[in-house]
Amino acid sequence: MVVRVKINDDWREAETWPGSSLLTFLRERLGLYGSKNACEQGECGSCSVWLDGTLVCSCLVLAAQAHEREVRTVEGVTAIDRLHPIQEAFVEAGAVQCGFCTPGFIVAVADLLQKDPHPSPATVREALSGNLCRCTGYQKILDAVSLAAGRMARGT
Amino acid sequence: MEVLLPHSLEEALAMKAEHPEATPIAGGTDLMVDLNFGRRRPAVMIDLDRVGELASWQQENGHVFLGAGLTYATIVREMPEFKPLVQASRSVGSPQIRNRGTVGGNLGTASPAGDALPVLAACDADVVVSSRARGERSMPWHAFLTGPKKTALAPDELIIGARWPLRRGPGSFSKIGTRNAMVISVASVCLVFDEENARVKVALGSVGPTILRATEAEQHIAAAMASSGAWQDRSISIPDQVIDEFSDLVAAAAKPLDDVRGTAAYRRHGCRVLARRALGWALNERRLPAWL
Repeated sequence: MVVRVKINDDWREAETWPGSSLLTFLRERLGLYGSKNACEQGECGSCSVWLDGTLVCSCLVLAAQAHEREVRTVEGVTAIDRLHPIQEAFVEAGAVQCGFCTPGFIVAVADLLQKDPHPSPATVREALSGNLCRCTGYQKILDAVSLAAGRMARGT
Repeated sequence: MEVLLPHSLEEALAMKAEHPEATPIAGGTDLMVDLNFGRRRPAVMIDLDRVGELASWQQENGHVFLGAGLTYATIVREMPEFKPLVQASRSVGSPQIRNRGTVGGNLGTASPAGDALPVLAACDADVVVSSRARGERSMPWHAFLTGPKKTALAPDELIIGARWPLRRGPGSFSKIGTRNAMVISVASVCLVFDEENARVKVALGSVGPTILRATEAEQHIAAAMASSGAWQDRSISIPDQVIDEFSDLVAAAAKPLDDVRGTAAYRRHGCRVLARRALGWALNERRLPAWL
């Protein structure tokens, strides 16, 4: 079937197997490799994207369910010429080791800070509970979130 | 394989009538895992994501109606006054899962570990289903959930939602798992007080082939409160012995199995602990002025 989706402000369409996930569609049909394929069962959050503005695991969305709807991926978070403040904070805080989980975390943190620019530590932990990182032990990720939140609130 | 994309309930029911073998998909948090791992290959799927009628809730004639398409995130956001339901919803998966998973999915999947199900059972909810041929019908939750992953849904029907009578009184949902998120419960307990009818209702999840009610425990605590006058006078305290007996009866109502998530003995013990805590919380809460 042909699935047509507005991705990061551009309408794209491609033929896909009707049973394929949005994640597979993004990676294998549209060449958007930012969303990572790790668990394919919604446990790890590495494939996090927004579907009509809602944070979801793209592996648990049928590509057909996104037909004629709006998807924003990690590629849509970054401006062309520079990193997003959340990405800068991840680099500076050492919140990236192997980097495989990072795109999912960037999306989940961006979702959190849109809704709550000054989240409490407990709020951050709950908001990131669907994203797994096997390298960092999370502390540097939490440091990066507070660094990013502070800078974004100051508009720097 | 074919995916049908209805935009209204009428259209969805017509498609289900035409393709009774079709598998409905809403949040996809269960079904997509099976698709991704090649465990299921439905010939036809019906996407209920854009059927707006299913994604609402309302209060009417002393009842609350919860649409099958309501996500756990929406429940947490919009229904703070339904505390046990919100507690159960907030314990589902992660933010990403709560943004997609629906109460209808819990009902359709009919896993004894579905977190919303003990709440519906404790509230004496009816499950509302519909077909194009016969229209709407509803049945008590225990008639709908006929076994592990088995329901009374006919092939041409779709789950519309759940409806239960509004009751005044404290209550809670709690569950045991290995961490605070992304956990399939090892045991769960929903306890609600019904002050008007002097009843306590207790439902158990993950400790039997389907959701269980601890009816003997319910009757025991209600009777003890009646004989001591605690239903009328909330300052009267309940003796520890009664609370112990109540917790033991809840544990005895469980029918757990050993599996990868826990042993039967651990699950039974978990029910006892959760029941004791839930009763304590409720007894404390009903002394607060909000319920007077």
